[in-house]
Amino acid sequence: MKILVCISKSPDTTSKISFIQDNKVFDENGVQFIVNPYDEWYALVRALELKETLGGQVSIITVGTANDDAIMRKALAIGADEAIRIDAEPKDAYFTACQIANFAKEGSFDLILTGKETINYNGSQVGGMLSEILDLPFVSLASRLEVNGNTVSVEREIAGGIQVIEANLPLVISCSKGMAEQRIPNMRGIMAARTKPLQVISPISTDDLTSYVLFNTPSSKAAVKMIDASNMDELVQLLHNEAKVI
Amino acid sequence: MVLVYITTQHGIAKSALETVSYARKLNEQVVVITCGSASANELEILGKYGAKSILVNRTIDGEDSQQLARLISSFALSLKAETVMFSHDFIGKGVAPRVSVRLKAGLVSGAISLPETDGSIKINVFSGKAIAFVKVNSPVRIISLLPNSVAPEITGVNCAVEEITGDFGAAAIKVLSTKKPEGDIALPEAELVVSAGRGMKGPENWGMIEGLAKALGAATACSRPVADIGWRPHHEHVGQTGVAIRPNLYIAIGISGAIQHLAGVNGSKVIVVVNTDKEAPFFKAADYGVIGDAFDVIPRLTEAVLKFNAENN
Ligand SMILES: Cc1cc2nc3c(=O)[nH]c(=O)nc-3n(C[C@H](O)[C@H](O)[C@H](O)COP(=O)(O)OP(=O)(O)OC[C@H]3O[C@@H](n4cnc5c(N)ncnc54)[C@H](O)[C@@H]3O)c2cc1C
Ligand SMILES: Nc1ncnc2c1ncn2[C@@H]1O[C@H](COP(=O)(O)O)[C@@H](O)[C@H]1O
Repeated sequence: MKILVCISKSPDTTSKISFIQDNKVFDENGVQFIVNPYDEWYALVRALELKETLGGQVSIITVGTANDDAIMRKALAIGADEAIRIDAEPKDAYFTACQIANFAKEGSFDLILTGKETINYNGSQVGGMLSEILDLPFVSLASRLEVNGNTVSVEREIAGGIQVIEANLPLVISCSKGMAEQRIPNMRGIMAARTKPLQVISPISTDDLTSYVLFNTPSSKAAVKMIDASNMDELVQLLHNEAKVI
Repeated sequence: MVLVYITTQHGIAKSALETVSYARKLNEQVVVITCGSASANELEILGKYGAKSILVNRTIDGEDSQQLARLISSFALSLKAETVMFSHDFIGKGVAPRVSVRLKAGLVSGAISLPETDGSIKINVFSGKAIAFVKVNSPVRIISLLPNSVAPEITGVNCAVEEITGDFGAAAIKVLSTKKPEGDIALPEAELVVSAGRGMKGPENWGMIEGLAKALGAATACSRPVADIGWRPHHEHVGQTGVAIRPNLYIAIGISGAIQHLAGVNGSKVIVVVNTDKEAPFFKAADYGVIGDAFDVIPRLTEAVLKFNAENN
């Protein structure tokens, strides 16, 4: 079983989000980056569990600059066997998907896992684009994944419910909560990660389908209006007359 | 013209009406494409929200993103669509990126507003802590609209439904079963949400949360630790690692307001916080706050809502 896991970085949620160059560029200064939680907790850990029961290999891939080597080492410490970095700033989802697809098309992977979305740009795009470029089936927002021989059984979240789906390998799956439990890398893993292969590959050129032209931080809320705990009729009236939500 | 893909096999969701209304504001020529077995009667009401006509394919079940992408792209090409639209729901998230690749058309994923004068479209980024303006550089653009971002608007009358055929390949995925919680209001679609956290002390105390939700006609949600320890089902977990929602009203009871929780709910239009601790960080993100014990406040709030309902019906 050869599994490829797409790993991206995202700012730690407690990071201050600000922009520079006339609000055109995200200010990375002082931002602590982590492995995108969906990629780490759900996609990577499930891939490792499958490898542990079925045998095989787990490779991780990132489109990013040398700054991302730290998060790749973290993913290697959790247990991935090898890492590939496409050496480029990920411009948009299409660019990222083209880079990963270009690598994956030679790799004969049985399974390609992505996170449900990156928590910085929240696009939920890369997995779907990747599967279209590779002409593979795609199951989005999977919360459970079992592999039986050549077929997979997957659960995915639909509006207010769960679907059970069957499909054949190879395919692409985007992973959300429920797939697996978080794993904390141990000392042995961290030591081993130092010597695991991290291959750096040059990007291919692609069209720029989208660009982020400007960022804004939403204006902060007006001060909270406090209502006395004994006066719930007043709260209901405010929600009706002032906020107009009921 | 604008081609709008709508999921109808699970019923026509409010987000579908929102997407058609949005499309109508972009262009008068709106064609809806769908598949599955929804009746012409059910479908034709989409005309009221702006569709000129509705194309329905009866042979595709609408669950496989690969097959859907072939169907939608082929009609986008033959109808010369300038814009292809989706709702940013579980189907849109699977199909829109595929159509983007097939048509080599830039995708604005999770749009929250109509295009600005320069053509850029707003999306939420960094878990709602910022907004980005995204510009599409290709001749054709794809937009997936975040549910609850625009109001559905009636602008027209019922429209014609036309059956379409074609070869879009076999479905690569097979749906074996669908479990839908009975009677619940789907969280991502809900306009009103009552949510509770560890302050509720234990699962046996959720009766009053459900009581308030029922009085309001709201969906229920919870903080992550509550789902993790099994007090509540996982699909109720909102926040950075759970569902992101943006209802009109979010009532947070016994939830401290950690940044990871706020990340999933700070798009809500109005936030009410009930907490014993006046220093709880959630009050900073709230519009209305009540300092008090949930066990005392919630029954009284429920009573006030029931009284309001009785007076207003
Ligand atoms: C990477 C990461 C991702 C995370 N993702 C999420 C996520 O998606 N969603 C999420 O929710 N959390 C998430 N968390 C956890 C988050 O940081 C908080 O720990 C969590 O939200 C706290 O839940 P809580 O408010 O229910 O509990 P607590 O923090 O224990 O707060 C309980 C609150 O209830 C109040 N209270 C107590 N008794 C009463 C009473 N009788 N009446 C009224 N109020 C009362 C207390 O004053 C307190 O404010 C994440 C954490 C990490 C590190
Ligand atoms: N720069 C990147 N390098 C590798 N994988 C990525 C990158 N960006 C996104 N992904 C993968 O695609 C998923 C969805 O990302 P997005 O489309 O940005 O929401 C993420 O959870 C990752 O698994």
